[in-house]
Amino acid sequence: MHASADEFPRAGRGLLDVSDLRTQFRTPRGVVTAVDGVSLSLQRGRTLGLVGESGCGKSVLSRSIMGLLPPTATRTGEITFQGERLDLLGDDAMRSYWGVQVSMVFQDPMTSLNPVMKIGRQILEPLEVHTDLDKAAARETAVNLLRSVHIPEPERRLKQYPHELSGGMRQRVVIAIALACGPQLVFADEPTTALDVTVQAQILDLLDEQQRERDMAMVLVSHDLGVVAGRTHEIAVMYAGQIVEIAPTTTLFSEVRMPYTEALLKAVPRLENASHSRLQVIGGRPPDLASPPPGCRFAPRCPYAQARCHTEMPPLVEADTPGHFYRCWFPVGTDAGREALERNVAAKVPQAEAAVTGQLTVEAG
Amino acid sequence: MAGTGTAHLRSADDVLLRVEHLVVDFPSAGGQKVSAVADLSLDVAEGETLGLVGESGCGKSTAARAIMQLPAPTSGTVLFEGRELTAMRGEQLRKLRPRLQIVFQDPISSLNPRRRVADIVGAPLKVWKQGNDAERRARVDEALETVGLDPSVARDKRPHEFSGGQCQRISIARALVLEPKVVICDEPVSALDVSVQAQILNLLEDLKQQYGLTLIFITHDLAVVKNVSDRVAVMYLGKLCEVADPDRLYAAPAHPYSAALLSAIPVPDPSVRASASGLVPGDLPSPLAPPSGCRFRTRCPRAEERCALEQPQVREVADGQFVACHFPLVGDVAPPADAEVAEATVS
Amino acid sequence: MPEADDLDLEAAHRGSINPVSTLEPTDTAQVVEHEPLTMRQQRARLGIGGKLAIAWLAFVTLAAVLAPVLPLDDPNQSVTSIVRQGPGTDGHLLGGDALGRDILSRMVWGGRASLLLAFSSVLLGLVVGGMFGLVAGYLRGRTDRVLTVGFDTLLSFPQIILAVTLVTVFASQQGTSTTRRMVVLILSLGVVSIPVLARITRANTLMWSEREFVQAARAMGARTTSIMVREVLPNVLPAMFSIALLGVAVVIVAEGGLSILGVGVLLPTPSWGNVLAEGRADLRAAPHIVLIPTVVIFLTVLSLNYLGDIVRARFDVRESAL
Ligand SMILES: Nc1ncnc2c1ncn2[C@@H]1O[C@H](COP(=O)(O)OP(=O)(O)OP(=O)(O)O)[C@@H](O)[C@H]1O
Ligand SMILES: Nc1ncnc2c1ncn2[C@@H]1O[C@H](COP(=O)(O)OP(=O)(O)O)[C@@H](O)[C@H]1O
Ligand code: SF4
Ligand code: SF4
Ligand SMILES: [Mg+2]
Ligand SMILES: [Mg+2]
Repeated sequence: MHASADEFPRAGRGLLDVSDLRTQFRTPRGVVTAVDGVSLSLQRGRTLGLVGESGCGKSVLSRSIMGLLPPTATRTGEITFQGERLDLLGDDAMRSYWGVQVSMVFQDPMTSLNPVMKIGRQILEPLEVHTDLDKAAARETAVNLLRSVHIPEPERRLKQYPHELSGGMRQRVVIAIALACGPQLVFADEPTTALDVTVQAQILDLLDEQQRERDMAMVLVSHDLGVVAGRTHEIAVMYAGQIVEIAPTTTLFSEVRMPYTEALLKAVPRLENASHSRLQVIGGRPPDLASPPPGCRFAPRCPYAQARCHTEMPPLVEADTPGHFYRCWFPVGTDAGREALERNVAAKVPQAEAAVTGQLTVEAG
Repeated sequence: MAGTGTAHLRSADDVLLRVEHLVVDFPSAGGQKVSAVADLSLDVAEGETLGLVGESGCGKSTAARAIMQLPAPTSGTVLFEGRELTAMRGEQLRKLRPRLQIVFQDPISSLNPRRRVADIVGAPLKVWKQGNDAERRARVDEALETVGLDPSVARDKRPHEFSGGQCQRISIARALVLEPKVVICDEPVSALDVSVQAQILNLLEDLKQQYGLTLIFITHDLAVVKNVSDRVAVMYLGKLCEVADPDRLYAAPAHPYSAALLSAIPVPDPSVRASASGLVPGDLPSPLAPPSGCRFRTRCPRAEERCALEQPQVREVADGQFVACHFPLVGDVAPPADAEVAEATVS
Repeated sequence: MPEADDLDLEAAHRGSINPVSTLEPTDTAQVVEHEPLTMRQQRARLGIGGKLAIAWLAFVTLAAVLAPVLPLDDPNQSVTSIVRQGPGTDGHLLGGDALGRDILSRMVWGGRASLLLAFSSVLLGLVVGGMFGLVAGYLRGRTDRVLTVGFDTLLSFPQIILAVTLVTVFASQQGTSTTRRMVVLILSLGVVSIPVLARITRANTLMWSEREFVQAARAMGARTTSIMVREVLPNVLPAMFSIALLGVAVVIVAEGGLSILGVGVLLPTPSWGNVLAEGRADLRAAPHIVLIPTVVIFLTVLSLNYLGDIVRARFDVRESAL
């Protein structure tokens, strides 16, 4: 039932190649498949955006690749990083990758820094563990790192505690720590969700700049298509544990194929629209990952859904533009899609009406 | 504001709610005070939606609570339907509460986890002893239906059985059940996923039509505020920067901070690269020691010496566009106001 | 953040301790459902230990309540043949004490006194302390400062000495009745538990009063008392109960201590504490007299603590699920 790696011919050995990754959690309610057959590859110096609603598996995917999963999780599939099979390595072997080759920037800078440890200590620690710099050199590196993330008066900051810095500064420190050992690959899991718009822009610029300077690969996770739009080479849209559309960034926005991506795009208010213009809504909510629908996972909420969608899971297929893959029987912008939508509107299918009018009929609760 | 003044206020007869010179200070350790809201003036006409935007910590929620008298502001007046809320006490104020309701940001925390939905939504009716059990039940059902929840399913559940978006609907139902005049929405969609956010925004728009509601809509998201508002007020560090109708504000912001906010919005369009040029450097200063003169001056690309000395006053720079800035992006440089220099340096 | 531990810790933070960040858009219902079994939830499960604890407490309580109708010997009747005799002698299941009284009977009747004392005094603390704590935590300001000084003053007295003093002054004269002694004991141990419960209630009230539903209730015009009782109290109760259970355990032990000092439940009325206290004289010759009440008290205290933990963990789980 899983459309998977074989149908997703991502050629070439990238810096990172993930193939048919599946992560499951044992829970009291049964097995939750949080990541279900994801394949992707990433080259040095490129940024991949990962978007989707809350709970669709973005964080779990990042953590699965990093090998940072709780004991209740099981992971299958292949993860190749610089030719090395990470999925075969245990925690001890992974330790030499964490922070050195791959690192992570988390959403909330307050919880990702240790509140009782000085900033300096927190930056020096990875340097001392993973490099053979002597004390003075490590300190020098730390100061330079802070400077490179545009923290004013870096020497003084080393002696401060996290709570003495503002949210934006803290996130800069977190980024400095993530970059300390010169990783090849950085996961930024909603690095700006906890920050203000003006600070968010600063932090995104900083990540951008560092990525370019260091020629790293980056995975930028966000629930906001706006955040990833201007700052990624490629975007993967996730829904219910699967990648439902992946394409070079400009292609994705100009040639949306997957109704879910379209819905996400239309649901956000746009500045260029006049005030009081109606937003398109997506009714319902993402499926329970312990028992996802048998066909297309988006079918219960999809304005385009036809009978086939409810029974057969669409495979990930390539669109006209190379590198653009999507998972849909009745893709947006094709005749099949248009007909499907018209049929649903004519039949007064609530999702289709909602998509057209923005009106949502009473929910079951 | 980075500035003060009341030039943007309309005649008291035309507005439903008028807030003048609102000040809220919080005591802080060491005898210092946090200046959370400093001389904020606003007004809202009946049936209008006023959008209040600004970064977190700039005093939006504090202002909202002060308008509701929860708790009462340090100083300033709030006129509601011509009556002065700030002068009212105890029972008098309590009697007015049903006409002025609030919806909070965190949909989960704003519902009592131990009560059932029917109790939560029906509580205001109980407090005001409106109707008998059957009537109350009918009104609760109606309110739930209005916000798009099926009463027969929702009534007997508890909040944790609902998603964030559904909890926000329940909060809205509770705010509506007493048929208020004004509803203050304090970041009602900030904690929600985009798909759910759209539902709530559309819902609020519908309810406004249906009940002739007057809304104060607080948010840090400029795109959202543009979508819902008839008039937008931009705040910075407890003060007002700019008031204008949204289309004008977004087309030609006059205040450097409004412009910075606008250029920082991530646009879901890869061809629009967030321009680094419009960005303001640094973080919000501490409200414990706000900068003198214009509070935005520490981050403002247009700041000059005058900005540190003199607090800008709100003035009209274009038709219906009011700004508190000496050197706005629209209109002329503010005329010197020597008389106020001394006072402004103190504040 | 390269250390695995740090990262895991971070995961734990986001996953269980604070699953609903206000900043993160979350579909909460989903999060709740998919939440893995945390350590806390595991503690919240009854498990075999919890079931044993409940069984033991039920057994002890039932025996105490039913003492008058159980086929027991008179707890004050001396039978010379079982003086200092071990369990099983002459059909006396737990043997006899120094005066030849049936220990089983004295333990069952003693449980009546000990449990009555413990539950009543903690109930007193719960009601009075809970009320003050709720008021202090909700109203804050001056009321809070005054009440907090009160709780702190009460807490700063060495508790046993306070109780001993109260009992000595009010219920140690010649001719003091058993009932009077009991009432004074309940009051004085209750006074001791008031500040503890008041502080727990206050702390929890402070936390819950911050919640926006409390603000919403104020905004709709609800009266202060009704907000405290209807909105805040139900959320604070679980924490109060879990501490109260521990309080019951503490009082049971305290009564033992007071008995040893001669100011426990008035003899000849038995209590677990005074059975133990009397037995001390014969520790060498008849260790079972001390051993039996010790084991009973130990098991009861253990069960109460265990149950208190479970109540709290349940409460925390629900908390974190919100
Ligand atoms: N430790 C775990 N045990 C069980 N289920 C889990 C665990 N961690 C995550 N999940 C589930 O896996 C799914 C994906 O979660 P994930 O955190 O990756 O979502 P996300 O896309 O990052 O969402 P958000 O935007 O809220 O961060 C969710 O349904 C979640 O409840
Ligand atoms: N109860 C309080 N005590 C002290 N300071 C407070 C309190 N509430 C808010 N503040 C401070 O007032 C300022 C404005 O806060 P708030 O109104 O919540 O901002 P916003 O809603 O715009 O994010 C912030 O600096 C905040 O820290
Ligand atoms: S049209 Fe069918 S296959 Fe395509 S997204 Fe909708 S439900 Fe899925
Ligand atoms: S130009 Fe001066 S007055 Fe205007 S916003 Fe900048 S600092 Fe304030
Ligand atoms: Mg996540
Ligand atoms: Mg706020």
